Amino acid sequence: MSPAPDDWHRLHPLTPLLRGGRVLLLLAALVGQQGLRQGDGLRPAFVGLGSLAVTALAVGVGYVVWRTTRYRLTATELQVESGLLKRRSRRVPLARLQSVDVVRPIIARIAGLAELRLEVVGGGSSEAPLAYLADEDAQRLRRAMLASGREEEVVARADDAVLVQVPTGALVASALLGPPLVIALLLLPCLVAVALVAPAAAVPFGAALLPAYAGVFAVAGRRVLAEYGFSVAETPDGLRLRHGLLDTRTQTIPPGRVQAVRLLEPLLWRPWGWVRVEVDVAGYAGRGEEQSATSALLPVAPRQLAEALVGRVLGGGLPVAAAPVPERARWRAPLSRRRLRAGLDDRHLVTTSGVLTTTTDVVPLAKVQSLRLTAGPWQQRLGLTTLHVDTAGRRLPGAKAHHRDAAEAAALLDELSRRTRAARRLGTVPATRP
Amino acid sequence: MAEQEWRRPDRGLLVVRRAQCLLLLALPGLLLSGGALLAGAVEALAALLVTVALTGIALVSAERRWCAWGYAERDDDLLVRRGVLVRRLSVVPYGRLQYVDVTAGPLDRRLGIARVTLHTAAAASDASIPGLPAAEATRLRDRLAALGEARAAGV
Repeated sequence: MSPAPDDWHRLHPLTPLLRGGRVLLLLAALVGQQGLRQGDGLRPAFVGLGSLAVTALAVGVGYVVWRTTRYRLTATELQVESGLLKRRSRRVPLARLQSVDVVRPIIARIAGLAELRLEVVGGGSSEAPLAYLADEDAQRLRRAMLASGREEEVVARADDAVLVQVPTGALVASALLGPPLVIALLLLPCLVAVALVAPAAAVPFGAALLPAYAGVFAVAGRRVLAEYGFSVAETPDGLRLRHGLLDTRTQTIPPGRVQAVRLLEPLLWRPWGWVRVEVDVAGYAGRGEEQSATSALLPVAPRQLAEALVGRVLGGGLPVAAAPVPERARWRAPLSRRRLRAGLDDRHLVTTSGVLTTTTDVVPLAKVQSLRLTAGPWQQRLGLTTLHVDTAGRRLPGAKAHHRDAAEAAALLDELSRRTRAARRLGTVPATRP
Repeated sequence: MAEQEWRRPDRGLLVVRRAQCLLLLALPGLLLSGGALLAGAVEALAALLVTVALTGIALVSAERRWCAWGYAERDDDLLVRRGVLVRRLSVVPYGRLQYVDVTAGPLDRRLGIARVTLHTAAAASDASIPGLPAAEATRLRDRLAALGEARAAGV
């Protein structure tokens, strides 16, 4: 079994080397870029030596960090101590965990290592990321942390029921059916026009467009890399998402932690009936590149499947967003009026909006933090009011029911404050356990 | 929602708002008009008229905005309403309160008023009540803190 709970552990001894390796890669990219731009700037030997020195320094610093960092798992919390000059001791209460991620950047994967990231409410960034641990240590730690919230011992671990597996073809197609296709369709006529007017200019014109287009392509490519082989499984610890081709990531969302869910249906996906599902947990901070990697619950799937999954995640069927907005709302939202709908039952609020991309927001009433009504000058003139439902998520901060009739919105607000109170009372009892 | 009793901020808030109008709008405007005298009497008069008109508009809208503020303590939540151009109404359940701030600037302190700000785990819920008499602000803060503790719910 696992060692005694009060044992202090160190990170994996390869950690300093790995950090040094990352610095070296970064430097190589930087130098490469500069070299491309300037041709002959600095002497290669000088640059090489400098890079080596910086890398050696990074390894040295990494070694000191590794020597001074230790962690241990007790029955109720994870304790991490680090720092040489300024000691930092951090305690993460396990009952407050919002999600646990195991991330394996490509360079760590080669070495058989992984990084453990914990999310708790209010953390500006991931609380106490443990980088790097041996793969099996990370798995064991995650299991122990998630299990500590439960009383009973989990018997079988192999019964992870895979709910959805996203086919690679659909993922690639869905990534292409976005900006890459739209921009290609926009640029092609330009290119043809230039070729017709001034054939000589066509080749340099095309060559100038190519890097811009490559950038668009790279964004789509990155999405495919991050969401490659996306699978959603139901485990006793909660929902487990696995994805990534080079850097892989395993996210575990314990039951009852989802703050809001959003279904996106871009215009170009409609012929296939595809939707993308995004989910927000209280801990995730909106941080640049990781944002897209962590927000998807399902990168692309047929609508029926997506709705079934959302129902499963939130526990129970969803109300249909059926109530339309008044006819006069077209003066305020001429393009999206038909799509503005809202639906409410005892446990969830569902709203839809969007012009090109149909967006459906689902908020569990037990997670609602506050309710707001706003009416801008135009809306007041038309007797319309927008209802906002705020949740603790950063990326999907709740739902909005746009441009409802003012009296209806006031009634809806009353009804919602009653139902959220009831849902909250139920919610204080620990969420349903499998 | 007609049944609850709305309470209003103190008149001191209006004094502060008016002072801000005069300080930020009328004073620079007058200085500018004085400077415009160098260019000519007509220019100076025009600048003065514009200043007076703008200050008048600002004073009227400050008064209207002050009138729009209101808050109501219900059994389970606090309502805050505000705004003229954009009307807003916030409902914050006591159980969702993370912490309560009471702040008062130098002018506020002189007039004995303070602002109470409610914070929940959601960044978007912006319930803030300015211009409360200091005693009322303290009472509200303590009551909110006590109620928040009694009805606390997990995130």
